[in-house]
Amino acid sequence: MKVSILQFPGTNCEYDTQHAFEELGATTQIIWHKEETIPEDTDLLVVAGGFSYGDYLRSGAIAKFSPVMKALSAYADKGGKVLGICNGFQVLTEAGLLPGALKRNDGLHFISKHHYLKVQNNNNIFLEKLNNGDVVNIPIAHHDGNYFIDENGLKELYANNQVLLTYTDADGNVKNPNGSVDSIAGVCNKEKNVFGLMPHPERAMEVLLGSDDGVKMLEGFLAS
Amino acid sequence: MKAIINISLKAGVLDSQGKAVHHALDSLHFSGVNDVRIGKQVILQLDTDDKTKAMADVTKMCEELLANTVIEDYEIELV
Repeated sequence: MKVSILQFPGTNCEYDTQHAFEELGATTQIIWHKEETIPEDTDLLVVAGGFSYGDYLRSGAIAKFSPVMKALSAYADKGGKVLGICNGFQVLTEAGLLPGALKRNDGLHFISKHHYLKVQNNNNIFLEKLNNGDVVNIPIAHHDGNYFIDENGLKELYANNQVLLTYTDADGNVKNPNGSVDSIAGVCNKEKNVFGLMPHPERAMEVLLGSDDGVKMLEGFLAS
Repeated sequence: MKAIINISLKAGVLDSQGKAVHHALDSLHFSGVNDVRIGKQVILQLDTDDKTKAMADVTKMCEELLANTVIEDYEIELV
């Protein structure tokens, strides 16, 4: 299993992500955004979190024009698996690879804390190790995590089982930290090979550090 | 020629910053404000005087980069 992790100027979660996947037994490689190709034997391409281009203009708006993004689109078109975490999710929505957009949090504050999430659809490689309705404890750290999609787009998400995760409390009741439509924390594309979420599973790998629920999430990719 | 582009959240998309500023105006006792919308302005210095070309170019810039049309509207003024 080979995981390639994209690095833009301002990315800051690439080494956490690398560590997490290596702990799970994958080999990893960090790919600088100026690269025009990604390694052919890549099994999973991760757009890591951080603040690409300082979040200038809009989060993820400038990163989408980096040379590596063409390679990413081509990889995804061929069915390659792509995971965008936090800023990576923002980049993938800006690039049109995932539906919707991420707005400023309703409370206007940067939120950095552990939050519970409920699995809504495990019928995909990302969450197949979990059951629908499972609640996981995963850190969130974002300013622009307020997921927006219009009514028709939302209907389509539900119709195609594209809503992956929602924000809840420990018992699985709705608890919305940032104003996201229907408390959505993560979605995938129709083809179920491009995934995006605001929370950071790569930061939930050790019980000692608060939670190891991220293991069950990221392991899904390694099963294939 | 100069292009002045105003970008704001679409009607129907909640503008949290606008709402917060509205509250702040209320608490300062400024009355008569019905709504506050916050946006951003991008000013481009263009090297053309051809309005049709400028409008076409700037529209493309807005669609591809300057605005996220999933959540934002934009208005272009050429001066």
